[in-house]
Amino acid sequence: MSAQSQKNLQQYVLRLADNALIIGQRLSEWCGHAPALEEDIATANTALDLIGQARNWFAYASELDTDGRSEDQLALLRDERDYLNVLLVEQPNGDYGNTLMRQFIFDIWHFYLLEGLTRSADATISAIAEKSIKEVNYHVSRSSDLIIRLGNGTEESHGKLQEALNNLWRYSGELTLSDALDDEMLALGIGADLSGVERKFQAAITRGFHEASLVAPKIGYMQRGGKTGVHSESMGRLLAEMQVMQRSHPNLTW
Amino acid sequence: MGKRLNTQYEKRPDIAQIWAWLEDVPDPEIPAVSVVDLGIIRDVVWNKDRLKVTLTPTYSGCPATGVITLDVQTALLKHGLDSVDIINQMTPPWTTDWISHIGREKLKAYGIAPPVGEASCAGMLRLGAADMPDIQCPRCDSLKTELVSQFGSTPCKASYRCKNCLEPFDYFKTY
Ligand SMILES: [Zn+2]
Repeated sequence: MSAQSQKNLQQYVLRLADNALIIGQRLSEWCGHAPALEEDIATANTALDLIGQARNWFAYASELDTDGRSEDQLALLRDERDYLNVLLVEQPNGDYGNTLMRQFIFDIWHFYLLEGLTRSADATISAIAEKSIKEVNYHVSRSSDLIIRLGNGTEESHGKLQEALNNLWRYSGELTLSDALDDEMLALGIGADLSGVERKFQAAITRGFHEASLVAPKIGYMQRGGKTGVHSESMGRLLAEMQVMQRSHPNLTW
Repeated sequence: MGKRLNTQYEKRPDIAQIWAWLEDVPDPEIPAVSVVDLGIIRDVVWNKDRLKVTLTPTYSGCPATGVITLDVQTALLKHGLDSVDIINQMTPPWTTDWISHIGREKLKAYGIAPPVGEASCAGMLRLGAADMPDIQCPRCDSLKTELVSQFGSTPCKASYRCKNCLEPFDYFKTY
């Protein structure tokens, strides 16, 4: 593999790693604060799954790193512009309805993205995808169950979810937006076909919103930038909290 | 020469003996069952005078994975095996179908309802609550039980309540 193609493959893997890490970090902010004990535990367990998946991706990104950085260094010591997660996952938790809506949109997309990656020509990517999708199956059933129940629940629960959807839908476009790196990885048989992912994502999420009596707003301009390191305002604060231990105690391990 | 070849590795314990030793290594999270009962140990083979043990993680984020590697190493060392390579293998991904019959009985005796039915492969995306089969209370065997939460004390378990003996219990989800 040429140095450039190795670097590109690593960038692709880092996108997958950062998506799982950052949404895992957001979910763990609820630990000890979620509205009910069962929800607290379920959210923490989902975060645990996602951070575990992130570790698998980071381990591979570390293998591909030409500077020999460890998985911890990659996960915890890069600068904001070097994180390649989509904007959706870094959005603040807001109320619990907002967190659930963010999770529902993410889970459906994550499922179809991983489904595509199980067919990757890269054996490590397909192995991690195969392992992860089993866990994501349970994430989808949990978030969709809650969205459908709360969407058809009280006026308040319906209102909160609709407001969350109005607030978050502008970040959905970036999920399936293909760029040069995606095209290159697809051509090599390594990456997922985002146009196929988009078709399935749209069909499933439309059905989900319908069952939940919710309506996705019409958005003229979809936000984008996270995949290339251009993040929203809240990313800096998230990183400050996530990185404080590693930055103040370099090489700290558990 | 032929004789020397036969006796070259005469100090190597039998593979069956090693499996028996590993059956004494408890799972760190559910110590009532062993890592062999759960199907975490995938393979044990001799490679000349080095032993190769292949493990598989149950869940990506399972904090026990590192501990299990260490526990297996320690257990084998106690039996005098110091040339051991432990390989963590992700594919094929772990499934509850690999939990042995004995493992299921031990889980039940410990108060955890064992997984029911065979795991389907990742397959199709389904919206709404996962289909949960009728789960039998591990204490009183009643089938009158209800789901409290899809995620219990760990990601691999769901919380249930028995409507007969009124006790809460964990169900090891089919996965
Ligand atoms: Zn009972």
